[in-house]
Amino acid sequence: MPVLEREGTQVWRRRTTGESMVRWFGWLIGVAVFVVCWQQISQSTTWFFVWDAPRIAGDIWTRATPPRWEYISKLGRPIWDTLNIATLGTLIALCMAVPVAFLAARNTTPSALFIRPVALLIIVSTRSINSLIWALLLIAIIGPGVFAGVVAIAIRSIGFCAKLLYEAIEEIDHTQVEAITATGASRWQVMAYGIVPQILPAFAGIAVFRWDINIRESTVLGLVGAGGIGLQLSSSLNVLAWPQVSLILLVILAAVVISEWVSAKVRGAII
Amino acid sequence: MLRLEKLTKTYKTGDQALKAIELEVPKGQVLALIGPSGAGKSTMIRCINRLVEPTSGAVMLDETDLTRLGSGALRRARREMGMIFQEYALVERLTVMENVLSGRLGYVGFWRSFLRRFPQTDIDEAFRLLDRVGLLHMADKRADELSGGQRQRVGIARALIQNPKLLLVDEPTASLDPKTSRQIMRLITELCRERGLAAIINIHDVALAQMFVPRVVGLRFGEIVYDGGPNGLTPDKLTEIYGEEDWEATIQKVEGEDEIEAAE
Repeated sequence: MPVLEREGTQVWRRRTTGESMVRWFGWLIGVAVFVVCWQQISQSTTWFFVWDAPRIAGDIWTRATPPRWEYISKLGRPIWDTLNIATLGTLIALCMAVPVAFLAARNTTPSALFIRPVALLIIVSTRSINSLIWALLLIAIIGPGVFAGVVAIAIRSIGFCAKLLYEAIEEIDHTQVEAITATGASRWQVMAYGIVPQILPAFAGIAVFRWDINIRESTVLGLVGAGGIGLQLSSSLNVLAWPQVSLILLVILAAVVISEWVSAKVRGAII
Repeated sequence: MLRLEKLTKTYKTGDQALKAIELEVPKGQVLALIGPSGAGKSTMIRCINRLVEPTSGAVMLDETDLTRLGSGALRRARREMGMIFQEYALVERLTVMENVLSGRLGYVGFWRSFLRRFPQTDIDEAFRLLDRVGLLHMADKRADELSGGQRQRVGIARALIQNPKLLLVDEPTASLDPKTSRQIMRLITELCRERGLAAIINIHDVALAQMFVPRVVGLRFGEIVYDGGPNGLTPDKLTEIYGEEDWEATIQKVEGEDEIEAAE
């Protein structure tokens, strides 16, 4: 009881004495664990390399600057591929995520006992594996190239989009659905009139948000051979062509900045 | 026209919301359903069009028992019952016109409704109704741009375009100011008279109910404890419905408001 009676006045405290002791003890354990971990990591670190890091970084910086600007003529096509991987991947993912989301949402699923767990499994399994790993798998299956990248991005995005979308579906105002049902509308009409208008802003927001993430993800897909600008990045890294690497990083930065700007504009327009 | 026979609803939690309700509503009669919160008023009207499934008993609309209908027949039966909601329940992101036309969904196929290609007769009727409720100039506005009273008018138009025999009205004025409440109640009762519609109106405001309807049904703990004219609601009766309270003021207020009505 946080309220104590003391000399006739009621004293209120946030926690009882016992509770605050427990909390202090918890903090003590936390700090102790931190100190022990620090020591462990420190023992297994070769500190020479760490102290050496600023010099190496400075060395790479001098090698990488100035960027090799004329290399940009070779980057147009790869960055275009990267954008296409992201955009197509997002579109495919959205097409697949919509039905999954409706099957997963508690208020629209046809069967909470059988179908909903399957939909949730699809969401969890596609979400939990990184697109780089999907790309590695898909390159083995369908061979290297842009297509493997598109599919990798699409699969990786299904879970993300479906999860956010089904949460939006579960949060809709139920009375609007009731009102449409009461007119004698069919199941599909209730969906088109009662549910879709309510989740449309969320859907558009999720779509541009995921597209924005996918542009960043697709820039690295080339590292494993799934097309796009990452391919140039890995080959430049392999031959230690630092001026090219710095130019590629600049191009990626520009692409990401532009995509963030576009998605911020689109989201602003919707909400 | 509408007859409830031993209508019972028991929720999963074990709460008995309705206990063997017997009620008959003749064609064209408007009745008010009063009672404290939790008395089962909303449950009762939702059991009639089966937005809530009744546990047992029958709902006879003309000679069909609505509780036995399959999903297709239930949808056709729902077209006969227009519903008006407390929080208006308009689809906020659609326009006023789309909201009104959504009342025709039971009559129009999926693709026509999806592509918004409603029959011209429906569109004509929608314009007529919008004109009748005084919102013709708002047809292209989005529903979330409207005020409470205007939204409820759209809700009324949506219910009426179904061409129903019966209106189920759930707390139409609970979210509105006193003046708008009266206008909405007046509009609903007028429209029912014009079209010969029966209506069941759930309402909190006893004075408002007494002002506009010829028959009042009092519900308490899922049972009908009063059924009669508005003038029969004596302090004793109100105590029976709602519990102990000084009711003189409520009844006084009615007379006072009648005078204002007359003065207007």
